[in-house]
Amino acid sequence: MDNATTIKTYSLTTGYVTGKERKIITDRLDSELYRGRFVCLLGPNGAGKSTLLRTLAGFQPPLSGKVEIMGHNPASYSSREMSKLLSVVLTEKPLLENMDVEALVSLGRAPYTDFWGRLGKSDHEAVNDAIRLIGIEELRHRQVQSLSDGERQKVMIAKAFAQDTPIIFLDEPTAFLDYPSKVEIMLLLHNLARNLEKTIFMSTHDLDIALQTADDIWLIDKKLGVTTGSHRQLTESGALEKYFQRPGIRFDYSDGLFKIDL
Amino acid sequence: MTIVKFIVVGFLTILLFILNLYIGSVDIPVSTVNNILFEGGDAEGPLRFIIIESRLPQAITTLLAGGALTVAGLLLQTAFRNPLAGPSILGITSGSSLGVAFVMLFLGGTISAGSYSWGGYTAILIGAFAGSLGVMALLILFSIWLKNDMLLLITGIMVGYLTSSVITLLNYVSSAEGIQGFTMWGMGNFNGVSLARIPLFAITVGIGLICSIMMAKPLNVVLLGENYARNLGINMQWVRNMLLVATGLLTSVVTAFCGPISFIGLAVPHIVRMVFRVADHRIILPGCILTGGMIGLLCNLLCLLPGNMLLPLNGVTPLIGVPVILYVIFKGRRQKR
Repeated sequence: MDNATTIKTYSLTTGYVTGKERKIITDRLDSELYRGRFVCLLGPNGAGKSTLLRTLAGFQPPLSGKVEIMGHNPASYSSREMSKLLSVVLTEKPLLENMDVEALVSLGRAPYTDFWGRLGKSDHEAVNDAIRLIGIEELRHRQVQSLSDGERQKVMIAKAFAQDTPIIFLDEPTAFLDYPSKVEIMLLLHNLARNLEKTIFMSTHDLDIALQTADDIWLIDKKLGVTTGSHRQLTESGALEKYFQRPGIRFDYSDGLFKIDL
Repeated sequence: MTIVKFIVVGFLTILLFILNLYIGSVDIPVSTVNNILFEGGDAEGPLRFIIIESRLPQAITTLLAGGALTVAGLLLQTAFRNPLAGPSILGITSGSSLGVAFVMLFLGGTISAGSYSWGGYTAILIGAFAGSLGVMALLILFSIWLKNDMLLLITGIMVGYLTSSVITLLNYVSSAEGIQGFTMWGMGNFNGVSLARIPLFAITVGIGLICSIMMAKPLNVVLLGENYARNLGINMQWVRNMLLVATGLLTSVVTAFCGPISFIGLAVPHIVRMVFRVADHRIILPGCILTGGMIGLLCNLLCLLPGNMLLPLNGVTPLIGVPVILYVIFKGRRQKR
């Protein structure tokens, strides 16, 4: 494992056990995530994106094989150590009455603050940096409840940046956004991964935008399992075509994007 | 701004506390009360007994019990992420009542924990605590299975009904005297703690409040949801255990002494949020302690309104609680649209 690797899987089998049945989602996956790269996990609903995401993040144990986060088994970290390595942006919409954006982003400092959660100088700096990086200065004093879905998602991303972790996981952060907001957020993540040397891993359904903004793509499918690679590699190997080919959808090898046949 | 609000609420609380000493079901002239309070007048007389042995402990009990119930309500609302959660609606108060009913009806007791021997008092408190812990544990268990907030609320209400029906059954096997005492207790009142029992009551409530305040930071993070909280390094097991102890203790000690009191735990946290306009538990928690006491003292005065008789506490708390809850529900609907 070289020092650009942040997460590495060894023959990782993920899934869940229902009753006596083992439902396998990824079978013996060997893969890596690197510093400074923005990676998108693409696949249909029910393919097991969330399960894979949760297993990679150490939230749930693998069925077999292992995950290493920064070179160690996730279970070997205390919850506080873990909270300084990996931050998340989730699909759940928090019910936040009377909380402004700055207060929410400040909660990202919880792993660093004292018993009472008081913010020190470095905490204030981290919060300010996160707000500036994500470009939400004008929202700073707005109530979280008054934000649009896109704005709220940006605030949650700012929270993740305030948490100051080398790895950020996002579970379908663009799901309910309009098209310009989707593009804006994914471009932002692309740039932040590069400029701040972060590993950013997100699941999404937005195939077109993901293909154009992600450094690497993880394809997941119930039958085909997981295939990883850059956009170019996946185009050339024919994997992209194989994963998304449907009647009416044509893969265009000239630009590696999908076209709709009329 | 927050400090100004604390000063205003604090001032109102002190004002209502004083009014509780001067106004009661027995008319005592202000000058006489002054004389008794500040110059030790009427040394062995009945009026002194009313002021010092009845009104004073009642005012102190109200202050503590109101704060305790409000904090219990706040903890439940944050932990279950449900604005309609509260110790009475979720059946925790009923759980305590069941514990109290067991002890009272089997010990053949008459009025309330305040007038019992130490042994009886301890038994009642333990009964109430066991009952509330039982219901809390059940709720936490259900909350793991039921992802739907409304279903959890309904489950809590059902648990409440179930304990009420057990209490009704218990009534059949106990003495008429026991039933009457239990019925009186069930209407709720803040005058069940004698001056001699105040220190113990205060210490028990104090432990519950300290446990609650220690949870301020984790509770702030829990507002984001359990998954976010865990990712931010919050030990959810610790939070659940503390929640169990704090709400259990606060609800059961108040229920044991003052009866099952409705609406204060449910409604007052919302009043506090409306007043302080922040989500930070480091502000909201002390705000709840103070405002809960204040609203309790106000309810005491409202009980006196009919003039010739004393209203039961639970006849008054809905007058304040219901409008607040309706406001919260309608505001919630507006925001979802």
